[in-house]
Amino acid sequence: MGQKSRINDFVIRIATVNGTGSASANSLLMKAIFRMGIPVVGKNYFPSNIQGLPTWYEIRVTAAGYLARSGQTNIMVAMNAQTYGEDLSGVTTGGVLLYDSTWPRKELHQRPDVQVLPIPLSKMCNEAFTGARARILMKNIAYVGALGALLDLDMTVVHQLVGDTFGDKTDLIDSNTKAIELGHSYVRENFDCPLETRLEAIEQTSERIMIDGNTAAALGCVYSGATVGSWYPITPSTSLFDAFSGFCKSFRQDPKTGKKNYCIIQAEDELAAIGAALGAAWNGARAFTSTSGPGLSLMSEFLGLAYFTEIPLVLFDIQRAGPSTGMPTRTQQGDILSAAYASHGDTRHVLLFPADPAECFYLTVEAFDLADRLQTPVIVLSDLDIGMNDWPCPKLTWNDSYEPDYGKVYDLQALENMEVFYRYVDTDGDGICYRTLPGVHPKGAYLIRGSGHNQYGGYTEKEDEYLEVVDRLRRKFDTAANLVPEPVVEVCDQPDGAIISIGSCDGAVRETRDQLKSEGIRLDYMRLRAFPFGETVRKFLDTHDRIFVVEQNRDAQLRSLLITETNTSSEKLIPVLYYGGQPISCEDIVGPIAERIRKEKAA
Amino acid sequence: MSFIKKPRILHPRTVPNGIGLTIHDYEGAMSTLCAGCGHDSVSAAIIQSFFELDVPPHRVAKLSGIGCSSKTPTYFLRAAHGFNSVHGRMPSIATGANAANRELHYVGISGDGDSLSIGLGQLCHAIRRNVNMLYVIENNGVYGLTKGQFSASADMGSTAKKGEANQLQPIDPVLTAIDIGGSFVARGFSGDKQNLVPLIKAGIMHRGFALLDVISPCVTFNDHEGSTKSYLHTREASHTAVYADFVPEKEEITATLEKGVTSVRLHDGGRVHLRKVDEDYDPTDRGRTTAYIRKHQAKGEIVTGLLYIDDEIPDLHGASDTVDMPLSDLDFETLNPGSKALEEIQEAWS
Repeated sequence: MGQKSRINDFVIRIATVNGTGSASANSLLMKAIFRMGIPVVGKNYFPSNIQGLPTWYEIRVTAAGYLARSGQTNIMVAMNAQTYGEDLSGVTTGGVLLYDSTWPRKELHQRPDVQVLPIPLSKMCNEAFTGARARILMKNIAYVGALGALLDLDMTVVHQLVGDTFGDKTDLIDSNTKAIELGHSYVRENFDCPLETRLEAIEQTSERIMIDGNTAAALGCVYSGATVGSWYPITPSTSLFDAFSGFCKSFRQDPKTGKKNYCIIQAEDELAAIGAALGAAWNGARAFTSTSGPGLSLMSEFLGLAYFTEIPLVLFDIQRAGPSTGMPTRTQQGDILSAAYASHGDTRHVLLFPADPAECFYLTVEAFDLADRLQTPVIVLSDLDIGMNDWPCPKLTWNDSYEPDYGKVYDLQALENMEVFYRYVDTDGDGICYRTLPGVHPKGAYLIRGSGHNQYGGYTEKEDEYLEVVDRLRRKFDTAANLVPEPVVEVCDQPDGAIISIGSCDGAVRETRDQLKSEGIRLDYMRLRAFPFGETVRKFLDTHDRIFVVEQNRDAQLRSLLITETNTSSEKLIPVLYYGGQPISCEDIVGPIAERIRKEKAA
Repeated sequence: MSFIKKPRILHPRTVPNGIGLTIHDYEGAMSTLCAGCGHDSVSAAIIQSFFELDVPPHRVAKLSGIGCSSKTPTYFLRAAHGFNSVHGRMPSIATGANAANRELHYVGISGDGDSLSIGLGQLCHAIRRNVNMLYVIENNGVYGLTKGQFSASADMGSTAKKGEANQLQPIDPVLTAIDIGGSFVARGFSGDKQNLVPLIKAGIMHRGFALLDVISPCVTFNDHEGSTKSYLHTREASHTAVYADFVPEKEEITATLEKGVTSVRLHDGGRVHLRKVDEDYDPTDRGRTTAYIRKHQAKGEIVTGLLYIDDEIPDLHGASDTVDMPLSDLDFETLNPGSKALEEIQEAWS
């Protein structure tokens, strides 16, 4: 049964074993398609393990430029015998399955609706290469060649990329080229090429880059002028500091002396990670830390201290599936509520919700400005899908006239001319007070404390003095609502309802809106970019009666936050949830929304 | 008490130090600790040390955790910024603060609860990073603010006020610090200011983490007979292995060494002269110092003095190879790579 022609619109899913070099093969394949001018998006499904467990990589080829997982598998590359059965059954009707036929699996070809292409990859590589490790690695590179022939991949681009990757290591270029050629010629000689599902060069990626969110956020930290970064390794946030360290080596070392304009502290745990960032920020450096759910729990104590003592801080939470250790290599948006109100007592924090890697870059820069302006922690809530997967994004730009906003800080001159300085006096009425930095001037000195303090910075247990401080902090949060990034709002004529969503749901929501529109259902859309919620958010909530709140957690946390913080009636906020750990796809959203709207229309 | 304003009357014969400040310029607010608390003597020793070192008070940052000891930064150097943080977490704050600005002097004040129970992990890692700071543990063997529970430094058999004997092994911060690679480890007694001041000064001028364990009796909960952290017991059981004399840079040339005295140059200024009481004690031999301390501890003695020193271990900045100026002073133009660099770096991703 032939598959209908799917040019530049299909999903390749590659099943391998982790630790076998498949990551380089997969990124080579994806990059080659991208260089043919065709938008792609890659999703990596990897285990919390170093070697030997199943792993999948999914490349969505999408001329329409969609960013979410599609939920389909049109081309399956089944390289892992252990998951073969699962992989075969996961292929979408009409799809194609490639497998390593060195060990034939005739008994498993029970899908008459799937075209199975046996390719003896291991056999060919065992004959062509020596050494166990090389044979395993080359077998994976060989499937790139096989796919190249089947999908009509531009092989010149592939060879260029191999050259780029290995530089002057000619032996590696030779072996990789040989492996690619093995796969390519076998397929050309044995099957009809190309398939109907295939690639066609277009011109849609010239102004785009492929980048993951952690790399983009790290770059944002460099561009924000952050000098102290402190962290504790945890999946999926680790690559943020790997990237920061890499960029600092390029951009932050004195060309003459080799001395570093930055300090990275790999702390002993998440408590110390945020503690060091806080100490640095108190002392006048732009400082940050990054973590994931379990780390956020540990950091709660310090978040309360930073909130109450009013120290700027940028914290990246690259969310993963919880609770507890949960699924470290699976994605979720499960930390919304715990981040918003982290720590005991009346605390609340500014949150930013980037939707893709490009926004990770720009919102990072905003996060540092907001933290300094508001003198409080700003938590950037990213997730594993944004943080670790490669997304196509518009090229990042930088305005050289940008000046950082360090907020209200009295410098040496100001202190010199001042009679007396008090830390927590709200002179401007916006809830934000002036701070001073250690070492600048004796008049600026004060003792900062997490215990009860009055507006003069002194210890207090007096009701009125305490209230003055905590009520001002509440006012400061109202100021924050006017300073944080506005939501992205898209409206249409006579909508049937609306969607509110955040972060990595964006791609799937946009695709959902397109699909539903073709079915006659029109939806307005607001993507939140920050907490606290400002006037635009309230207005959108007030002017819509049926709002689907799409998010990736079980307990509808964003919906709860909206209800609590805006007094919106819970009746009109309808939860649409996906929380299985894979990136959300429009298939998770379209059904529930369409069903609800049709039911109501019929009633 | 805190509601009493401390009088600031200068005695006509008050002598200013080398930068024209008097000892009063190094004081803080009135203490709210119990009368006779050992911690107040430590604060007085810190005041005297900074005064005599001619350090401008605002070039010092004072940090603490939670507990009676952690309250004391309020009681000295009022012109210095202070950070009274959360329980057991001061070492990480100090680490970050030091990373941001390497030019200030850092003084951490902690207690045996703050450092040896809830904060033991952070303390060990600050030692491991050799953060350039003086870290004082005001050690009294009990939790004072929560009314007299044993702390992790309480000795086996030492009794609580109501007679109950401690049954758990103590954690000795001195032995721990020497074992895990500390670069400056000392022990003093709040009741012996004469020997405490040089330890504080040397600790301030040592480039690296200077751990100073000060036995500082709690007059309310742990100063009775049967306690091994009382004034009386500490005085009787103290055994000074090495006396330290701090010699400021300006007097270095004139100082002549007596027999049996070794001199160590401190990277942040001045020298420390070590007068050994026992000939066989070597404060630069890590293995032998701990054996010596353990041997004397077995006899019920409390070994004091500058017990271990290595001024050559790189501090946090040395190990990180950071620039000489404070990171917090770097201007944005230096730190931001600009639009052209951004364009170039993206070539690899397109």
